[in-house]
Amino acid sequence: MTAAAVILRDVKVRFETTVLKFDCTVPAGEIVAVAGASGSGKSTLLNVIAGFEEPDQGEVRIFGDEMAGRPPADRPVSVIFQDNNLFAHLDVAANVGFGISPSLRLRNGDRERIEEALDRVGLAGFGKRLPPTLSGGERQRVALARALVRHRPLLLLDEPFAALDPGMRAEMRDLLADLHQEEGNTILMITHHPDDVRLFSDSVLFLDQGRIVAHDPIDRFLERRDLTAINRFLGQETGR
Amino acid sequence: MFASENRMTIAAGGFGLGGILLFVGLAAAALLVHGGTGGREDLFDAYVWRVTRFTLLQASLSTGLSILFAIPVARALARQAAFPGRIWLLRLMALPLGLPALVAALGLIEVWGRQGFLNKALVAAGLAEPISIYGLFGILLAHVFFNMPLAARLMLAGLERIPAEYWRTSANLGMGSLAIFRFIEWPVIRGLLPGIAGLVFMLCATSFTLVLTLGGGPAASTIEVAIYQALRFDFDPPRAIALSGLQVVLTGLLLLLLKFVAPPPEEGETSGRAIRRFDGCQGLARLADRIWLTLALIFVGTPFAAIAASGLQADLARLLSEHAVHRALLTSAAIALPSAAIAVAIAALMIRTQRLVLSRRRHGMPARFFAGTIGASMSFILLAPPIVLGAGWFLLLRPFGDVARFAPLIVIAINALMALPFVHRVLAPAMVTHAARTERLAASLGIGGFHRLRWIDWPPLRKAFFTAFSFALALSLGDLGAIALFGSQDLATLPWLLYSRMGSYRTADAAGLALLLGILCLIFTVLGTAGDDRTRGSGT
Repeated sequence: MTAAAVILRDVKVRFETTVLKFDCTVPAGEIVAVAGASGSGKSTLLNVIAGFEEPDQGEVRIFGDEMAGRPPADRPVSVIFQDNNLFAHLDVAANVGFGISPSLRLRNGDRERIEEALDRVGLAGFGKRLPPTLSGGERQRVALARALVRHRPLLLLDEPFAALDPGMRAEMRDLLADLHQEEGNTILMITHHPDDVRLFSDSVLFLDQGRIVAHDPIDRFLERRDLTAINRFLGQETGR
Repeated sequence: MFASENRMTIAAGGFGLGGILLFVGLAAAALLVHGGTGGREDLFDAYVWRVTRFTLLQASLSTGLSILFAIPVARALARQAAFPGRIWLLRLMALPLGLPALVAALGLIEVWGRQGFLNKALVAAGLAEPISIYGLFGILLAHVFFNMPLAARLMLAGLERIPAEYWRTSANLGMGSLAIFRFIEWPVIRGLLPGIAGLVFMLCATSFTLVLTLGGGPAASTIEVAIYQALRFDFDPPRAIALSGLQVVLTGLLLLLLKFVAPPPEEGETSGRAIRRFDGCQGLARLADRIWLTLALIFVGTPFAAIAASGLQADLARLLSEHAVHRALLTSAAIALPSAAIAVAIAALMIRTQRLVLSRRRHGMPARFFAGTIGASMSFILLAPPIVLGAGWFLLLRPFGDVARFAPLIVIAINALMALPFVHRVLAPAMVTHAARTERLAASLGIGGFHRLRWIDWPPLRKAFFTAFSFALALSLGDLGAIALFGSQDLATLPWLLYSRMGSYRTADAAGLALLLGILCLIFTVLGTAGDDRTRGSGT
């Protein structure tokens, strides 16, 4: 398959006071970090790809298919947010089960698939637990397990580790990298942490004031010194 | 901290609580002493049991119907964020709460009554037998008119508290309308149901004015109306006491039960910013939602339209220049203003006292008991039938001369007491959050007494106080419960005047007065619930 995972061509999203413009091509199978200051349009970029936001203009293609008018569920995309990924009143197994059947009609063998997915994210035996009894990291892993049983080739992560402590964040990053190795999926991940960019991603989409101002392989990105916004972002690293 | 100031507040709170309990207790005692229930075998006769059965029957049916209607309406409101005029429908649904029951009854009769739109249409369509609004049907209709919007708004508030990520996740997973209802919406609504059902049941079980005007005879009478009839027509205090006891026990048991099984429904944060949802834009779901919303609009809206239409046909100019109307307006103001002020003052004092008592590091049993009594009295006050309080005080004050002289004071006190739970619910959250935010800071800076009131407490709490005051004013203005016993030529409030004009079949006058009273109350209700409309800051 030669098609790129994501192509945004001349996409415009109008808000009351600003217009965001996106143009980019993300090759299949990469892990892409999406970075930039707060309000630079990172979440909107993901929303446009996931189908939560319809662009006012332009073309969104995922694996070659035009996405206009396609509801979120019909796109080859799974999404994990920073928080509230799980329905708090339903147990872990049910939450993962939604990845198999959105009306939770589970057939023979589905229980095993759920248990297997939980096992792969290191939560074997957690099926009967309720989300509020889990730690933040465990909850995110359940969301990851759900994405695993859904088998969508594109995974969008909106600051999935932001609420986690540094140790857990590193653990999640490793887990995600392992699963990426096995699945061969494409990952777009919004992050505020230069560490995530440096240790985890193949390339970086950098946004500033509603535009994609840089889209480079990781090595080249880390060496850039020409944009103040990027300097400021990477500068955090030395500051800590 | 300011120990002496706090002690004074607690002492004042103690007096306030004592005053409330004394006011209720003395009234009950007076009736007991006067009547002496001993030896009467006929107190719990067949009539009482029939009334009790009917009370429970109509309250259960009203609750069930209100909730069954409210669920699809709340769901449609939550789902159809882009429904044209959604915000106006929400505002319309907030109005019945402040509409005097008597005015609503008139509006419902205009629409559903023998001469109403519906029957005229039915007759025109060739149906001979018109439906009658009097009896169980009318009572249910009126209760659903008042409580369906209330229930729907409470459910909507619950649905809007669902995190936005849930809707995105469900859209991403492709959950259908049925799955979303079953796995996301229903669990939320189910959690709210006991609280909402309990509240609606309480309101319907103790309903007085609607049953009095729409019941249409002894076959459809509730305990509250039976108390009124026992006092006003038969002057049979023992029976009134027995009936009151029955009512207090029944509703008290229900309240206790609710305290254990259900959290009180949380008001607030309805309307305003609509959460972005991705479901409900498919043909069938969208059509169903629109039908429900239109039904709700017609059901809630038509009585208002009818009140306005028939009120405008009345000779408003003559009514407004009538001496009796002027006096009724003044009397209403003279009763509603002080009773609203008293309700707000007492509620504020109670909230502050409760907090002070509990905030001490080591509060012992007495403190907890004190705070608990305050909390309980704020909700259990709803149980004391205003008629019984009035009758008790009537008997107590009779030895001191002409009771008519004291009547306004009794009505003011009773109205203040009846508004207390509602005022408490508006003020408590605001005051508690404010205290939590500023208490320690103000204490550490040494800001106390008048200065704290002036600079720290009043500015952020002003709005909540006005809201509470305004709401209490609307409640008191529209009340027929306390005045029903004392109303006379000399003490005629607007609702009383309206009721007596209805009684003497001066329908046009009644319609005009209903419009006037309705507008007055709605103005204060809108002022009193204006907080609902504030738009929340956008998240993410």
